[in-house]
Amino acid sequence: MLQGWVQIAIFFVVLVALTPLLGGYMASVYTGERVFLTRIAGPVERLLYRLLRVDVSREQDWKAYARSLLVLSGLFWLTLYLILRTQTLHPANPQDFHSGTWDVTFNTVSSFITNTNWQFYGGETTMTYFSQMAGLAVQNFVSAAVGICVAIAVIRGITSRSGRSLGNFWQDLVRTLLYVLLPISLIGALVLVSQGVIQNFSAYTDAHTLVGGAQTIALGPVASQEVIKELGTNGGGFFNVNSAMPFENPTAFSNFFELLLILVIPAALTATYGRMVGNRRQGWAIFSAMAILFVIGVAVVYAAEQHGSPALQAAGVAGPNLEGKEQRFGIANSSLWTAVTTVTSTGAVNSAFESLTGLGGAVPFANLSMSEVVFGGVGTGLYSMLVFVLLAVFIGGLMVGRTPEFLGKKLAAREIKLVTVGMLFTPLVALMTSATAVATAAGRESISASGPQGFSENLYAYLSQANNNGSAWAGYTGYVQPEPGNLGAHGVAFADLLGGLTMVFARFAPILLVLAVAGALAAKRTAPAGLGTMRTDTPTFVVLLIGVIVLVGALTFLPAILLGPIVQSLTTSLF
Amino acid sequence: MRRDLVSSLLGIVAITLVFGLAYPLAVTGVAQVAFPGRADGSPRLIGRDFKGTPRYFQSRPSTATDYSASATAFTNLGPNSKDARDTFKKSLDAYLKRERPFDRGLTARRVPVDAVTSSASGVDPHISEANAAIQARRVASVRGLPLARVRKLIAANTDGRFLGVLGEPGVNVLDLNHALDRLSSR
Repeated sequence: MLQGWVQIAIFFVVLVALTPLLGGYMASVYTGERVFLTRIAGPVERLLYRLLRVDVSREQDWKAYARSLLVLSGLFWLTLYLILRTQTLHPANPQDFHSGTWDVTFNTVSSFITNTNWQFYGGETTMTYFSQMAGLAVQNFVSAAVGICVAIAVIRGITSRSGRSLGNFWQDLVRTLLYVLLPISLIGALVLVSQGVIQNFSAYTDAHTLVGGAQTIALGPVASQEVIKELGTNGGGFFNVNSAMPFENPTAFSNFFELLLILVIPAALTATYGRMVGNRRQGWAIFSAMAILFVIGVAVVYAAEQHGSPALQAAGVAGPNLEGKEQRFGIANSSLWTAVTTVTSTGAVNSAFESLTGLGGAVPFANLSMSEVVFGGVGTGLYSMLVFVLLAVFIGGLMVGRTPEFLGKKLAAREIKLVTVGMLFTPLVALMTSATAVATAAGRESISASGPQGFSENLYAYLSQANNNGSAWAGYTGYVQPEPGNLGAHGVAFADLLGGLTMVFARFAPILLVLAVAGALAAKRTAPAGLGTMRTDTPTFVVLLIGVIVLVGALTFLPAILLGPIVQSLTTSLF
Repeated sequence: MRRDLVSSLLGIVAITLVFGLAYPLAVTGVAQVAFPGRADGSPRLIGRDFKGTPRYFQSRPSTATDYSASATAFTNLGPNSKDARDTFKKSLDAYLKRERPFDRGLTARRVPVDAVTSSASGVDPHISEANAAIQARRVASVRGLPLARVRKLIAANTDGRFLGVLGEPGVNVLDLNHALDRLSSR
């Protein structure tokens, strides 16, 4: 137990140390300062602007920014659909895979465009290497970059002194790709290969076992995708079992490194925010609120998994809940990963969520119920958190009876209305889709477990897709594949379509709302802080912020979560 | 709008070429030169089925996929699942039946939990040190080796914690069985 806490503490210390380093670097990148990579990346950056025919000196208001973002995402959606539906024509298809069905492809494409990486398909049994690289991994870069762009645009809206501009989408996109995601990915991929993550284009090989049998081993260009899958908080595994597969995550060090990749940008963006608004304490205040909620989650899941499940006890087995966990990670690193991947909108897993104990399983539910603001996805975490910050400022303003103001900008009815809709949108989508699915025969087709576990599968499926997370109680199916290669497979159209639409709406509607808020804030004049101004960089505010997040999340989701994991944690009955 | 359409289409082509092709090819090139064996996939990372053969150490159960490394899947057995209980019971009985003749005092409560649970990947290459220590008696007895010799081999094929801190120690079953075969054939 102590050994485990030491590991968790080391991870946290390294994360805190990296936060201002990467955060400061990113602030420099987005404010156009020279950084050490400018010499190499600068010419490429300018070449790309010429190739894309964009004029980055043209500043965009929130509508223009949103339009560029939506057009790019929409066309990328069509491109990815085209790629995934033409697999028989692909190069780098040594296993002769056919294309998936239209409905599962609809789900997969929506999933990767929205940074969700919900996977109804199994990677090594359905996807050509070309689909993985040129289709899915490209979206891992682009959808991550889009999220970061929105966060930066929102920060500009806050700091703008009575202007309209939120920057230029194309410039933010290209800079994110070239200065942040690509360099870390290039180095990170090689670090992973050094640990044993594979990177090749070979056909699957047959290994002989010592007892006279053969075992087919899947291969592929994994490391280049693994690194951006974590760094971009995407989460879509090359293999069906994701980062539990030794070829994705072979050692304790690769596990540590991948966990850092997941959290480093969401954490660093709080420092970027602090730097760009000219007060680093603002960034640390947000970081603290996130960190406190994160640590609570880690502690609960780690404590819960120390105990055997009712099923283990009924079988007469003593010991912790190691079902669905790898020996090399043990309880501590599996628990830490469970918390990390669900506070961020990553959804990559190194253990099987469906086999978590009742209380341990309640942690992913609780994390998703807080709308992915505890670090959250790259970019999405920060801008979703800023929505809660504005709400906390508003509530604080009501308490003291003053017009709420945030960093010198007075908040008016319009912003608060947008913020409220933005805050409620994702929970509403999650609850309504989940209820629809569990109440219809077509929806229940996807459920495989019985009792409260079946309810959990269904609720988590839509909670995860609505929050663009992508982790799963993986018994929930949307694609039935009798044998590898997609031939003879069929999709569960209801789950595929409802899930796909959920992901798209829950991604782009909040983006539009926060950009609108940023646009409204940009136009406001900044007033100097007075004596009665509620400060947003103090411990008091951190507590208020946490209170608002927990209250909104708990009030919205507690009844539903009670019916799933909480019931299971309270009973030893088997279903 | 037109301007956005043009930039997006050009952007999709450029980004796909750079991030979808040039980047993974560059990583492959460097990886194949710098870490050739690892980039191709080290067989010792993938757990195997030793089918209960008494002269070999046995991997963890793999009830969902039967040790498939080309179609991986979780068991998805929940904490309150009857199927889970039955699966654990079956694995436990098989383990006790295999090991008890060589370890008379072995009871269900003493069986390490990794020996009856499936891993997440289904191809976990490791077992716990406690699990290996119990199996050592059988392997030593069947192969006619001194127990101390087998224990030494276990220690030599245990992947420890990274820097003594990170992760859990695990005994690599394939490496260990290879080492045993080398010893016996000498």
